[in-house]
Amino acid sequence: MRYAMAVDTKKCVGCSDCVVACQTENDVPIGYCRDWVVETMDGTYPQLEVELRSERCNHCANSPCVRCCPTGASHFEEGGIVLVTHNKCIGCGACIASCPYDARYPHPKGYVDKCTFCHHRVKEGMKPACVAVCPTKCMYFGDLEDPNSDVSVILKKRKSKTLIPEAGTQPQLYFLI
Amino acid sequence: MATRRQFIRISAMGAGAVMAGAAGFRLLGSELTDGQKATAAVLATRTPTYCEVCFWKCAGWVWKDDEGNIKKITGNKEDQHSNGRFCPRGTGGPGMYYDEDRLKVPLIRVEERGKQVFREASWEEALDHVAGKMKEIIEKNGPESLALLNHGSGGKYFTDLMKSLGSENYAQPSFAQCRGPRDVGFSATFGENPGSPENTDIRDTRCLVLIGSHIGENMHNGQVQEMSDAIDKGATIITVDPRFSTAAGKSKYWLPIKPATDIALLLAWIHEIIYNDYYDKKYVEKYCYGFDELKEHVRSFTPEWAYGITTINPVVIRETAREMADASPAVIVHPGRHVTWYGDDTQRTRAVAILNALLGSWGRRGGFYRQEGKTVPSYPHPEYPKPQKSWREWYPGKYNLADLGVANVIIDASIPAPEKDAMIKGWLVSGTNLPLTVPNTAHTIEAMQNLDLLVVVDTMPMEITGWADVVLPECTYLERYDSLRDSPHRKPALALRVPAVEPKYDSKPAYWIARELAQRLGKGEYFHFEKPEELLDWQLKQMGSSLDEMQKAGVKTWDREVDDLYFGEGEDIAFWTNTSKIELYSTALENEGFNPLPVYTPHPEPPEGFYRLIYGRAPVHTFSRTSNNPNLFDLMDENTLWVNPRVAREWGLTAGQYIHLKNQDGIETDFPIKVRITERIRWDSVYMVHGFGHADKKLTRTYGRGANDTKLITSVMMDPVMGGTGMRGNFVTFITDLERKEVTS
Repeated sequence: MRYAMAVDTKKCVGCSDCVVACQTENDVPIGYCRDWVVETMDGTYPQLEVELRSERCNHCANSPCVRCCPTGASHFEEGGIVLVTHNKCIGCGACIASCPYDARYPHPKGYVDKCTFCHHRVKEGMKPACVAVCPTKCMYFGDLEDPNSDVSVILKKRKSKTLIPEAGTQPQLYFLI
Repeated sequence: MATRRQFIRISAMGAGAVMAGAAGFRLLGSELTDGQKATAAVLATRTPTYCEVCFWKCAGWVWKDDEGNIKKITGNKEDQHSNGRFCPRGTGGPGMYYDEDRLKVPLIRVEERGKQVFREASWEEALDHVAGKMKEIIEKNGPESLALLNHGSGGKYFTDLMKSLGSENYAQPSFAQCRGPRDVGFSATFGENPGSPENTDIRDTRCLVLIGSHIGENMHNGQVQEMSDAIDKGATIITVDPRFSTAAGKSKYWLPIKPATDIALLLAWIHEIIYNDYYDKKYVEKYCYGFDELKEHVRSFTPEWAYGITTINPVVIRETAREMADASPAVIVHPGRHVTWYGDDTQRTRAVAILNALLGSWGRRGGFYRQEGKTVPSYPHPEYPKPQKSWREWYPGKYNLADLGVANVIIDASIPAPEKDAMIKGWLVSGTNLPLTVPNTAHTIEAMQNLDLLVVVDTMPMEITGWADVVLPECTYLERYDSLRDSPHRKPALALRVPAVEPKYDSKPAYWIARELAQRLGKGEYFHFEKPEELLDWQLKQMGSSLDEMQKAGVKTWDREVDDLYFGEGEDIAFWTNTSKIELYSTALENEGFNPLPVYTPHPEPPEGFYRLIYGRAPVHTFSRTSNNPNLFDLMDENTLWVNPRVAREWGLTAGQYIHLKNQDGIETDFPIKVRITERIRWDSVYMVHGFGHADKKLTRTYGRGANDTKLITSVMMDPVMGGTGMRGNFVTFITDLERKEVTS
């Protein structure tokens, strides 16, 4: 099993619904977030291109955060989801420094926190909160090893990219372009 | 825009301060191991609601934890407004309940208006006081000197109160400050207006034309969802906007039009579609009235003519006309929603309606569908007394085509005129923050200062409460029952709102407040049921359902009964116009002395060193109502001023710099606004999101953040047809020396 997510930049309107849905779903304290929206723009008026995309932990297959964690708090769950066991985390911040995607933040309670792909929902057969709420349905989630999963189907159909592939972390967050 | 960097900055700035704002949230925190205890999988209780964070009213579920705390709100999958997916504002709805700045107890003014000096009062005392004052006004000037200005669900009950007293002075700024011209323009053409939610069949369209309508930044949920479906299906999107909006970024064509020239573009498109025989001949022949007059009218309005006005390349005008024709009838020239721009807005929306008629899209798949709704029965009550006069008489003979109350006329009628005393002496204001809603704030304040009574019902200490004699704290939508949502849609449906929790503080539902006032004024018979849920159950049983059933389902959808979703092939249809046809040539406008066919009129342009002020929406906020909501403030805590790099260079502006703005009448912003330098805006305009720059310190989070566009809108271009307030004819210049501003203000 290999969980992955694809975000369609052609449909995302950058509304931040994924951000607030994640916050209320996962009790992310106000002032922090596990996912966020990025806008990039190219060109000069009136020849312009804007890309909007919802970003989060890439749940890398080759994760520097898991490798560098001194306590084993950062670890892989089934399907390659990268999680942090809060009560094992000493908040040293090595994982924050090692993440090329800036996906982790120090929770005020002393541990490091990040996107879990809504592991608690996924194991109940539900989609992550961000995927479930998105008004544009621009996010696809599922098992890459299942050829019929939403994410496998869309990645076969559409051109995609990953962010900072040169970091060699084998990110599992894809962007449809 | 919630970016990572922004969040990091916020948390570095002092999480303590931000955290304090979230006192209502019980953090699940340290006892948890991985995966969090979480919420969706284990939250047991859910209650149905429909959202009140905006007017789209999506139906959803409120989820609570074991201790009864509201944790999250999600969409109801059966709901046609949301299809189970809430927008960021609805998802952030809990913040409206948890906001610790909420109005908590009734307040009675102890000093002059505008000074924020109140004393706390019991409900008994506050309601007696209000009813006593209302009685005095009624005895002296008649019930017609009372008015209601409202927005949102609570307004219904206060409207009933006004009717029971014998006043028809009720208005919502959502008409004359927003969608009124469109409703009147479409009604004049098709005999009905697009409604809310609009009857745009975006999911099946092959071509969507947006004129200043920024779907995706306005989170009109169903439309955002369907635009995404249309993108999936390969529909062509054409966006006309001086700003490279989010929708422009999804478009095949972006037409960066010179502001205030839209009618010229529309006339050129009409010209192209008629003179190239692109129009739907069968449809026009069968359903339309006045084609020959229209054809003659647009004879000279060529793309080359429009080029000189709009700055849009004639080749592009031709190509886009062709795109529309190729998609016809599955094409939508979107009616828009906030359309009060330049005072000729009814005529502009008429041109939009005409274009749709020529393309045969009204009543067709991928164009505009036919809505159908449920009629919720009213509980029998004595007939309402007939008002002897109304706001309509303030300007005799004017705005006859306004089919709803005109808020700005009610405001005008509250100020004595040279030859006559003010008609309106008392206002009840519910759920609308007039100083940040109606243009020309000084004029609104003058009206408020002339009143004998100003009562404000709200959940938050909005600026309007500072002018009130009595402030009545309403509970939020999460704490009350309300009327059934019966908006027509593809299928008739009802949605129920029940309280998820008890009202916080000493706040009360609008139904209770209205009924208490009615009883004190001897009108209790119009509010038969003590509790709104009794009325709901009675209504639902009349319609073959029940409160019990609806509590479980939240939404109930019926099959259509009246007609089909689209016009049948060759179906005979009588439209609700004077000629029973789709009126390309409007007899209704002609009868009122207006041009029966739209014309382009030039509008004032920015003076040297000034830029046209354009304002719009952010996906995470609704008007000025949500900027203090802790969840939504977290996503966007101020507005920014979009400035083209050329303009920035000329003025030496740097990104992130805070500046003040001054308009053509010398009116300055109260608080500085951050500059965003971007290619996404023309060099003759600047842009900001509406609803910021709050000046009431009781809004502790949002106070002083960003600029208030409404304050800068002092030049109002009146729509002579329906009284709309055109607000895009204001020009601003920059004050970069903040200290100088502080000395002068």
